[in-house]
Amino acid sequence: MLKDAVETKTTYEIIKDSAVEAGLTQLTPERIQTVILETLESETGPRLKAYVNMCVHCGLCSEACSYYLSNNKEPRFAPVAKVKNTIGEMIRKKGRVDNDFLRQAVQIAYTECNLCKRCVMYCPFGIDVAYLMSIVRRICHKLGITPQYIQDTAHSHAATMNQMWVKEDQWIDTLQWQEGDAREEIPDLRIPLDKNGADIMYSVIAPEPKFQASLIYQAAVIMNTAGVDWTMPSAPGWDNSDMAMYTGDSEIMGRVKRAHFEAAMRLKVNRIVMGECGHAFRSVYDVGNRWLSYKMPPVPVIHAIDFYYELISTGKIKIREKFKEPVTLHDPCNVIRGRGLMEKSRYVVNAICENLVEMTPNREHNFCCGAGGGVINCGPPYKTRRMINNKRKAEQIKETGTKVLISPCHNCHSGLEDICHHYELGMDVKFISDILYEVMEK
Amino acid sequence: MDSLFNFVYGPMLWVAFIVFIVGSIYKLGSFLIQTRSKEGQILSYMSFKYGLRSLFVWILPFATVNMRKHAIFTFITFLFHISLLLSPILLVSHVMLVDESFNLSWWTLPDLVADIMTIIVVASGLFLLARRLKPGIVKYVTTMVDYAVLLIVILPFVTGFMAYHQILPYKLMIFTHILTGEIMLMAIPFTKLNHMLLGAFTRAYIGSEFGSVRHARDW
Ligand code: SF4
Ligand code: SF4
Repeated sequence: MLKDAVETKTTYEIIKDSAVEAGLTQLTPERIQTVILETLESETGPRLKAYVNMCVHCGLCSEACSYYLSNNKEPRFAPVAKVKNTIGEMIRKKGRVDNDFLRQAVQIAYTECNLCKRCVMYCPFGIDVAYLMSIVRRICHKLGITPQYIQDTAHSHAATMNQMWVKEDQWIDTLQWQEGDAREEIPDLRIPLDKNGADIMYSVIAPEPKFQASLIYQAAVIMNTAGVDWTMPSAPGWDNSDMAMYTGDSEIMGRVKRAHFEAAMRLKVNRIVMGECGHAFRSVYDVGNRWLSYKMPPVPVIHAIDFYYELISTGKIKIREKFKEPVTLHDPCNVIRGRGLMEKSRYVVNAICENLVEMTPNREHNFCCGAGGGVINCGPPYKTRRMINNKRKAEQIKETGTKVLISPCHNCHSGLEDICHHYELGMDVKFISDILYEVMEK
Repeated sequence: MDSLFNFVYGPMLWVAFIVFIVGSIYKLGSFLIQTRSKEGQILSYMSFKYGLRSLFVWILPFATVNMRKHAIFTFITFLFHISLLLSPILLVSHVMLVDESFNLSWWTLPDLVADIMTIIVVASGLFLLARRLKPGIVKYVTTMVDYAVLLIVILPFVTGFMAYHQILPYKLMIFTHILTGEIMLMAIPFTKLNHMLLGAFTRAYIGSEFGSVRHARDW
């Protein structure tokens, strides 16, 4: 049995977040109403109305949601209930809502829905609750009541074009440092900066140079061994992550995505390959590009899973000896429901590991990590509650009986590490590249 | 009473059909026109292939994961919707009335089958009601509107059944049957019952997104 998460706190409470509180003091009923009505009028259309008005309150979406399942099927965590308690109420009251309501709406939209879109597959009408929650986030952003920690990352995006306040010289230093280190292993290895006309621009999320630089090292080894013609940009635009997308700050999201695409265009590369991050992929492939009026990304975007698949299936990377220990594989929503990479991720994992034990359910139906939709980025104030909300995921992982958990997504990775720690699952969470680097011929 | 009857069976019937048809066209038309003007990008993502794929899967009983998860509910709601749609259209006495007025007729259901379908509608309606009353998520989100809509749908069937079997005075039952039927027709475009009109579009849209952008199944 799982250690009971509920021992920490069973009753539902609204968590105090200093930025939300500070924001609320600035609001007047008129301001609240104007922002809500204006956003609904100018940024949404008949789709939102249809979703809210057509929903027959059948509750069929409820069992899709791991938040609902993790909380003993408490109604408030069902997708339809989240709609009712946020956007539904805003529409019904024509924007005349008070601060207590907004506190609750913030908590629901930012921390009790991970925007994973699993419920879309369970509703007969395909009502997209994740979309509705992102509209709630958009309204909260415009009202200035975004949770503090995630807002800080959005500020960082605005000021530095990356998520982690990484300065330009820090970025270049880190790449050179990793290049230097990796040359001890592969003497002629390069991390080519700003190479015009390279085939591939490799982009990462800012936490990599900030505190996971070894991932850049691994990527460099993989690229060099496979003989790929690649480059990384030295100027802003190297970070593909996007927390502004999750705070509801579409304007900053647009700037960040434009910088990213323009970096690739400036370097005249054929395509962008990105590291193992799901939300970044979502922002480049699905959300940010649309904000910039690109139906599909202007430069083809390849997720790491797809890229490893290409390298292994064409023999550019050969496997020396497969990883022995049984592993299980997490399906990150942003690249599985978001890009259908489930078979490719299995191909890759089976190519590098001897024994893959599937979670159930899996592929499109896998449970959410409870982190990568911006939830984990709301930071420490919400962590205890996040652990309770992830109980179902913990059970699912534990049932596999494995000790190694592969998660080809940064946010899932961090969320899953928290889960494994909290529920004492004693598992090692790894990226595909951690194992690939270990088992490949160099 | 007679003049009232003549009213619901005369002008009111016309009104009901006009409201239903014009209302539905308006609802659908404004939905599509506004989508085009406010969220034009949606149309650019629509895909025939994947939209239809999604619709097809979702009208097949037990084809989706969630339908299999709720086998009893799926079974009942499929019967409910099929009976609800077919029995009024294929009922002998309805077709006869149309025939008398417009000289138009089509295939009909044997009375016994129509009778059973009516019972199915009412019984599954009660099942849906019970589901709303049972503590849990459905009750949590149910509003008065949901009860009202359910009532609007079931009443014509209850009264039709009673009229046919001559339970309670026939004339009164036929009167309420026609009246409640008219209310139902008029409610379709303007209440949640419009899922009958819009549901296929929202489904096809999400099916297109999942199929052609996300390369994943949506069921
Ligand atoms: S999008 Fe995911 S987290 Fe949000 S309500 Fe739906 S199933 Fe739950
Ligand atoms: S499954 Fe769809 S229609 Fe039913 S309650 Fe959920 S969102 Fe509404």
